[in-house]
Amino acid sequence: MPKVTYIEYNGTEHVVDVPVGTSVMRGAVDNNIPGIDADCGGECACATCHVYIEPEWFAKTGARSSQEESMLSFAAVTQDNSRLSCQIEMTAELDGLVLRMPEGQH
Amino acid sequence: MTTDGSRIVVIGAGHAGGSAVALLRQYGWSGAIALIGAEPLPPYQRPPLSKAWLKGEADGDSLLLRPARFYADQRIDLRLSTRAVAIDRAERQVRLSDGAALEYAHLIISTGARPRTLSLPGADLRGVLTLRGAADADRLKAALGPGRRIAIIGGGYIGLEVAASARALGAEAVVLEREERVLARVACPVLSDFFTRYHAARGVAFELGCRIEALEGRGGAVAGVRLSDGRLVACDTVLVGVGAAADEDLARDAGLDCDGGIVVDGQARTSDPAIFAIGDCTRRPLPLYGRSFRLESVPNALEQAKQAAAAICGRPAPPPEVPWFWSDQYDIRLQIAGLPFDATETVLRGDPEAGSFAIFHLAADGTLRAVEAVSAAPEFMGGKMMIARRQRLLPERIRDTAISVKDLPA
Ligand SMILES: Cc1cc2nc3c(=O)[nH]c(=O)nc-3n(C[C@H](O)[C@H](O)[C@H](O)COP(=O)(O)OP(=O)(O)OC[C@H]3O[C@@H](n4cnc5c(N)ncnc54)[C@H](O)[C@@H]3O)c2cc1C
Ligand code: FES
Repeated sequence: MPKVTYIEYNGTEHVVDVPVGTSVMRGAVDNNIPGIDADCGGECACATCHVYIEPEWFAKTGARSSQEESMLSFAAVTQDNSRLSCQIEMTAELDGLVLRMPEGQH
Repeated sequence: MTTDGSRIVVIGAGHAGGSAVALLRQYGWSGAIALIGAEPLPPYQRPPLSKAWLKGEADGDSLLLRPARFYADQRIDLRLSTRAVAIDRAERQVRLSDGAALEYAHLIISTGARPRTLSLPGADLRGVLTLRGAADADRLKAALGPGRRIAIIGGGYIGLEVAASARALGAEAVVLEREERVLARVACPVLSDFFTRYHAARGVAFELGCRIEALEGRGGAVAGVRLSDGRLVACDTVLVGVGAAADEDLARDAGLDCDGGIVVDGQARTSDPAIFAIGDCTRRPLPLYGRSFRLESVPNALEQAKQAAAAICGRPAPPPEVPWFWSDQYDIRLQIAGLPFDATETVLRGDPEAGSFAIFHLAADGTLRAVEAVSAAPEFMGGKMMIARRQRLLPERIRDTAISVKDLPA
């Protein structure tokens, strides 16, 4: 199963298996990794699943939809490598993905 | 933390209770946690029950808040199909329907809300449904399809979402509403009008300002709704969607303060400091609005779950959040930030005909109190931020869509 490394704001790393076809947000929630709130459960309606993708992985996570783009433009402290993790579906190509959490989601 | 040996009991394995137990572990609680749920399923999300799941676009597993294995992984003693039947505050014990008694150091009540029912002749006919849980949703889904006709009593969010899903499944739908407009309790008239027209264009029929005399049946199954003007609205299924009441019986019987919801403070504590209450069952303070209120939303359940878990684990209280809500109907996404308390002026931004617009609610001094955004994510997100900051805005700037949402305060 592909692995994802989630790095908390305080530097704590979590490496977990995320099944192909589930979202990167789900991977964190299902393993109780702190730092992703996911209030809307993955509907791209809340922007509380915001993460920073490590630059070498960013392109592989695909393009943001226009809804994601406008939600992100108001999320706290966005960067060029910001994504909403509920909008990234796990694929075999994403095995090894590394991402970091922002300081807060609200 | 050295809390082994002291147990947290959570009554109600829904969105709030299921989130609270996960957060307690995240925040470092190492003692025992018991999660008691009356339903047979582990905690799941209700919003899809009237939306994606009802339309067949999401499967059962995707409803679960966390996978079933999560609770064992996290050493959470999950007891399903089990009810808490009494709280003994003197002994600090919860008694369960299977006869067991659980002692607690801290108790969290997250019993949610129960759909209101109608006391009308025929209300107990077969085919008269309410929608709160997965079992209700299964019954409803089985009743929707080509050649079927559902009468939805109550034009609130759940009623309208079910109407949209019924149309997607090829069933006919008619919405019966007592008020002169749908969403009367929860949205402004511009929005009510927009949704009525949007639904009507997709084949939903409306009876507004109507009174219901009785539900009529044939062979024990519902066949129509009799209105007070004598007309019969034919149908083979009725969904009663007239709101929900806090499930506060356990708390009231235990002598906790209740007032249309279990009364809690900003840390989700009840009138007994060892007992917290979170989610739909509470009446909670809204610091931004200077009053207390009962909210029924996922963000509210999650915010209070954080408050209770933080208080129990001795963490600083999380900052207050702006209440918000969403609803999906057809291809429309409605997102509401804030609550229109003390708002004296509504300002429209954008064009409802174009399918993307927002309504800003301002207090007398221009402070932004609420934004209702229809397929308008920037207005929703920006509005939420400005509400938190108690930003004052000028109506003429709000109306001017040439000014970006970010620049509205200038
Ligand atoms: C069809 C539908 C659509 C919705 N759509 C949205 C939406 O789009 N956006 C949004 O924000 N919100 C939506 N909501 C509201 C949202 O689902 C609720 O606000 C949320 O579920 C509240 O969580 P809760 O834990 O307080 O209550 P619940 O999720 O209802 O959980 C309470 C649980 O406690 C159990 N229980 C009660 N008494 C006992 C007892 N004595 N012993 C043991 N267990 C007990 C109940 O069986 C239930 O499982 C919707 C609700 C419904 C029904
Ligand atoms: S979970 Fe809400 S936007 Fe991703």
